[in-house]
Amino acid sequence: MLSSLRTGVKGLWRASSRALQTSSTLQHDSLFVHRDTPEDNPNIPFEFTEQNQKRVDALLAIYPEGHKRAAMIPLLDLAQRQNNGWLPISAMHKVAEILNLPRMRVYEVATFYTMFIRRPIGKYHVQVCTTTPCWLRGSDAVLNAIKEATGCEVGGNSPCGKFSLSEVECLGACVNAPMLQVNDDYYEDLTVEDTKEIIEKLKKDEKPLPGPRSGRFASEPLGGLTSLTEEPTGPGFGVQDGLKA
Amino acid sequence: MLRQPLSRALALSSPARVAPLAARRYADAVPAQPEKVEVFIDDQPVHVLPGTTVLQAAAQVGVEIPRFCYHERLAVAGNCRMCLVEVEKSPKPVAACAMPVMKGMRVKTNSDLTRKAREGVMEFLLVNHPLDCPICDQGGECDLQDQSMAFGSDRSRFTDIHFSGKRAVEDKDVGPLIKTIMTRCIHCTRCIRFASEVAGVDDFGTTGRGTEMQVGTYVEKMFLSELSGNIIDLCPVGALTSKPYSFAARPWETRRIDSVDVLDPLGSNIVVATRTNEVLRILPRTNEEINEEWLSDKSRFACDGLKRQRLVTPMLKDSRGNLAPVEWEDAVVAAARALRDCPPDKLLAVAGGLADAEALVALKDLLNRLGSEHVCTEHYFPTQGAGTDLRSSYLLNTKIANVEDADFVLLIGTNTRFEAPLLNARIRKAFIHKETDVALVGPKVDLTYEYTHVGDSASIVKDFASGTSSHEVMKRLQQAKRPVVILGADQLKSEEGPALLAYTQELAHKLQENLQDKEWKVLNVLQRTASQVAALDIGYQPGVGQALAAGPKVVYLLGADSGVVTRESLPEDVTIIYQGHHGDVGASIADIVLPGAAYTEKRATYVNAEGRAQQTLVAVSPPGKAREDWKIIRALSEVLGAGLPYDTLDEVRDRLSQVSPALVAYGDVQPNNYFAQARALAQSLQKPVSGKLDVQLKQLEDFFMTDAISRASPTMAKCVQAVLKQKNSPY
Repeated sequence: MLSSLRTGVKGLWRASSRALQTSSTLQHDSLFVHRDTPEDNPNIPFEFTEQNQKRVDALLAIYPEGHKRAAMIPLLDLAQRQNNGWLPISAMHKVAEILNLPRMRVYEVATFYTMFIRRPIGKYHVQVCTTTPCWLRGSDAVLNAIKEATGCEVGGNSPCGKFSLSEVECLGACVNAPMLQVNDDYYEDLTVEDTKEIIEKLKKDEKPLPGPRSGRFASEPLGGLTSLTEEPTGPGFGVQDGLKA
Repeated sequence: MLRQPLSRALALSSPARVAPLAARRYADAVPAQPEKVEVFIDDQPVHVLPGTTVLQAAAQVGVEIPRFCYHERLAVAGNCRMCLVEVEKSPKPVAACAMPVMKGMRVKTNSDLTRKAREGVMEFLLVNHPLDCPICDQGGECDLQDQSMAFGSDRSRFTDIHFSGKRAVEDKDVGPLIKTIMTRCIHCTRCIRFASEVAGVDDFGTTGRGTEMQVGTYVEKMFLSELSGNIIDLCPVGALTSKPYSFAARPWETRRIDSVDVLDPLGSNIVVATRTNEVLRILPRTNEEINEEWLSDKSRFACDGLKRQRLVTPMLKDSRGNLAPVEWEDAVVAAARALRDCPPDKLLAVAGGLADAEALVALKDLLNRLGSEHVCTEHYFPTQGAGTDLRSSYLLNTKIANVEDADFVLLIGTNTRFEAPLLNARIRKAFIHKETDVALVGPKVDLTYEYTHVGDSASIVKDFASGTSSHEVMKRLQQAKRPVVILGADQLKSEEGPALLAYTQELAHKLQENLQDKEWKVLNVLQRTASQVAALDIGYQPGVGQALAAGPKVVYLLGADSGVVTRESLPEDVTIIYQGHHGDVGASIADIVLPGAAYTEKRATYVNAEGRAQQTLVAVSPPGKAREDWKIIRALSEVLGAGLPYDTLDEVRDRLSQVSPALVAYGDVQPNNYFAQARALAQSLQKPVSGKLDVQLKQLEDFFMTDAISRASPTMAKCVQAVLKQKNSPY
């Protein structure tokens, strides 16, 4: 009796083992509906600063009449930079007002792009690349080091409120993997120690040196050039005689 | 505001895209058509205009390609991928809804590749769609259900072995009319496109992306549109369903009766779905000349008002002044006695906004037989000049569908958005797709499109008429090839009404004189109620002011509920007979109540604002002892000894056709003329005007409850509350 039950269950398992989907779905770490919070609600006014207002005017001037809505992403980015790295709903409303668009059109853009952050975040937004090249080069260790040093969870803020941690997809610095981005700066060729040092410096509000940590200038080979080592040839090299003037 | 580029506008006006209309030709229309291209749909040759999509070409030879996101009245989105078809020499299947035809294209709509593509799309849609058909209100009329039966796989590969659940999306609250179950959404974006293109209320959109994408409003916001109900019809799945109709019935249980709406003057075509003698819901019925396939929220959702506040039995006022139920015999005898004892010149009949033509003609004949000519409508129309003698003076002469072709629309003292929502949708369509411009004289209101606000003073119309205005709108009007002037009938109530009408006629006449297109009609008067045109056609006197001042002894109210007849405005000893279907303003002041039938309960004729006669059909029987209106009047005439010469509906309609053949020319509308004569007769009325134009319905909350039926509707009351609540919201 029991054994027949077991084979039945096994049969079930076998039938479903060719299921289309066997891993649970990943949920995004941010919400795609707005919830009023004390930090983020439409009653908090948002105005561009005088300096940024000039930038707004300059940005709008780039786009021809009738296509001003193209300025939406630059304006949202400007608003986000003005508002300590995150985009409150009132800023979206402000942009909609400037561009004379329905608010929904701005919400659509702001929710589509992951670089628009719609929740209050810390002063330093640490984004760790965990895509394959970085992951192969040890991004998990880097991520864990940051979690330990800041007390952040992925998608959350640190208890001190200074840091926010995100796991991101490829930031295009695979040659210098593993890497992380803090606000606008890339920190590359990281080790766990480098990571810790960067976080410690940020805690003291010092600016760590951006760029590769391995001694490289950029993405050149670590052991010096392996090709194109000879002296560059001058103009006219290899041109047939008849064409030489 | 978003307006389509010219290429889109041209594509839209091509006959293949918009469902065929009665051919309209204009003097200045360019006759040259581009050469047609030959394409082959399943080896059947078909000649279509360049720019036609594969899907439309297939439709021309009767091959229907399955689709979810494509809708012929909305922009092409091409995101559901259900319409993938194989095209010879194309490496991949193509989306038929977005692919323009090319010469010699060979489309295979039933090949293995096409079938496989559809099956694949269907499988992916169903992976993210809940299997809750048994509890879904769309069941039975669901495109996803139908198409998965027709084109889907016969078995599922989806097994939720780890019980992680399907994709789930939080429901949105978009007001008391639309119920949202967003997990069912397949992201066809029809609702978004409808809101943005037709309704002009850009509240819907997609937030997020990829598997996290959701359709909604992002913030909690009611869908503040007078056309919101249409997204329920548009939704191909059960994501958007009707809240008042939720869990009420399955489509196969209902009887569907074609009828006509009477809650606004346009006479939108509707289907009344009934079960067990109860109106469950009202859906639009396609009529390209009037409502296309849309319906306003009031017309759609006020049907629950048909079950409430009804007069179900005849009533007489008892000795204590309370209305008490009596038998028909007593009520009719009492009414007949009152009518007989009254001197004919003290007799007054007032017809309300929901009265049908049959009842109107019977009541007029009855009063005429009693020697009285005092039959009035509640709404006023100037009787000076040509008055109501010329039909062209009080109709929408341009016709609703033709407004689309106008190049300039001047609205005078009317908020078309709430007075005639589907006319406004037409103007918006012209504004978006055909570069039509709109100007408004009257209070500033939100018409859902941009317009030039000229001011709210009546003297502006005078300046336009005399040509002395230096406003840019004047120039635009004079340059327009197909101008339209729409005057709100509400403006004619005031002292200056006749002058305003005279000036509008003058202006329209001057504009029409200069047109190349002699068939184009400029002058339009937008009535406010469904009965007014029929009443004026039959020969009712517009307005009750004079008749009330004469101090009538007996007042016969035929559904007169707008509150223009009050006890205070009448002598003390007056007897008020109310015949109608709702216990509203009229019944509350009545001495004798005769319960009539509402528009879903009788076969009756209504003439819309264009002058188009249409008939309602019996969907349910009148409640209790209520009877069809003309029959009540016929019975009353018998008791009075002044028997009316008709016993059947056909005989009443014969009588109607004697009065005016237009009243029984169902579905048809005759072009009107005599504009010059009307204007000539009105010329002496062109007196100085100084008043301000105002409209009654300014905001959305004013729109929902305007007549006896919608005032009795709990759904409409909820709408008003929800709109007021939304007004206080920061979003």
